[in-house]
Amino acid sequence: MGTENFVEVDNVSMRYGLEGGTLALEGCSLKVKPGEFVSVVGPSGCGKSTLMRLVTGLWPATEGHVIVAGKEVWGPHSEAGMAFQNPIMLPWRSILDNVMLPLEVVEPHRGQLRAQRAMYEEKALKLLALVGLKGYDKRYPHELSGGMQQRASLCRALIHEPRLLMLDEPFGALDVFTREDLWFELQTLCSNLKPSVILVTHDLREAVFLADRVLVMSSRPGRIIAERGIPFARPRQLDDLYTAPYQDLVHDLRVHISAARKADASQAEAEHVH
Amino acid sequence: MSTSAAMSSATSSAPAGAANTAASAMIGAPKKPLEQPVSQRYQDMALAAKRRKRLQACLPWLVAIGVLVFWEIICRAFKIPQFVLPPPSSVAASMIKWWSPLMMNAGQTLMTTMAGFAIAVVVGLVLGVALGSSTMVYHGLYPLIIAFESVPKVAIVPILVLWFGIGTTPAIITSFLIAFFPIAVNVSTGIATVEPELRDVLRALGAKPLDMVKKIGIPRAMPYFFASLKIAITFAFVGSIVSETVGANKGIGHLIMLASSRFDVPLVFSGLIVTSVMGVSMYALARLVENRVTGWATRGRT
Repeated sequence: MGTENFVEVDNVSMRYGLEGGTLALEGCSLKVKPGEFVSVVGPSGCGKSTLMRLVTGLWPATEGHVIVAGKEVWGPHSEAGMAFQNPIMLPWRSILDNVMLPLEVVEPHRGQLRAQRAMYEEKALKLLALVGLKGYDKRYPHELSGGMQQRASLCRALIHEPRLLMLDEPFGALDVFTREDLWFELQTLCSNLKPSVILVTHDLREAVFLADRVLVMSSRPGRIIAERGIPFARPRQLDDLYTAPYQDLVHDLRVHISAARKADASQAEAEHVH
Repeated sequence: MSTSAAMSSATSSAPAGAANTAASAMIGAPKKPLEQPVSQRYQDMALAAKRRKRLQACLPWLVAIGVLVFWEIICRAFKIPQFVLPPPSSVAASMIKWWSPLMMNAGQTLMTTMAGFAIAVVVGLVLGVALGSSTMVYHGLYPLIIAFESVPKVAIVPILVLWFGIGTTPAIITSFLIAFFPIAVNVSTGIATVEPELRDVLRALGAKPLDMVKKIGIPRAMPYFFASLKIAITFAFVGSIVSETVGANKGIGHLIMLASSRFDVPLVFSGLIVTSVMGVSMYALARLVENRVTGWATRGRT
């Protein structure tokens, strides 16, 4: 058990249901260092979301080990902050109360919230201002657009300063402009708070722009088949995305994923012939 | 060549000029009349909406008055005897004549109903939360509750009278027994149907089951709870009046039984009208509270 890695996924398999169920992951291994930003890309249905759920402890692994902060994961734990594909705000709470939700659940904030509410509220407002939601704290989720709700859900994932940030395609449902804005804001947030991050996405530009390291997953059953370090200095600018080194990296990853998808297609064909 | 080109340019310039003037006429000419109609049209629409709203508010009263007039005419036209169907005019006369006993008994019924309803709210809420958040409780209790609920409450009143004596207590208990059921069922449905995504938000934070019920289950069930209050309050009236007709010496139900045994049918109808007025006011109160508390569920629409 290396103390050097914050997250260790070691030879993990995940099967839905009992024997004969769908095998979502097989022999999947990855490591994330403290403060490192890792993107996981792959064809759709390759088990990326499954991987997220294993690391946060929402589901147990069928085989292998998942270790977070030096402890084996057996069930939901309080190390991670998670943002999902949809914002999933609680509709009866104002935006501020939604953002402050983790503080009501996670120790040690839970015990201090009542006594230091003003301090925590100020912190939440600061985070909201950082993602461009100043003045929306008293609004309700349905009064905000999808992109604004997604920003709020990023704040909610970060408010309790988790050492691990899990992002499951959080920008997937947004338009390109909003998405790029949020990449930049996420980069700022991460450089302030320095959590370890696992970002699952199928947007290669997103993966390259944000990550220190990009991992490519094979199609189902998913496992890591390639890895690319992203050497570019931070803070990165959105315009950098259109320079040659970025483009080459994105293209390189694209080739890997095409190969994975082709392998998947030929395998499906072989099964069909059988 | 050159002349034909000049010709064509000349011919083409003419229609173009004409089109130009036409266009300028289209943009320029209606300018003055248009500006007024637009704001005028909005005003008209707003006025029409206001009129429609006023009509909607009056509609129940208009329909009620229409029914009463129709009722009066039928009674008079066919000379229907008083003890079969009294006309509204004689019901009104009876109401004025028996005003103070009517009010006294209505007060008794209102008191027992509200007491039964209050107990039903507490028990229904607790039971609903337990049923909705624990599958063990659900499987253990739900069949029993259904079995109990399918027993007609009139059949239970004699037992209650036997245990607690004639009067207030059986009425309170009967109205509670009828009213708690929709509350418990609705609240448990609200909790049991929480979206798995919502649950995952809390689970990913390492929340305990009790946190899930407190932070998601109960708030999520509130619209269901308030919707059930509207049903429960009308059920509660049924409960207390049923009990009063079987075994009581006070209350509207008792008054109705007494009046019908003397063939004082107008007074029977007076009792019915007083009951329905109480029922409607309590319903309106429940709706008012619902709109106040769970506005998020209707997103401000009411």
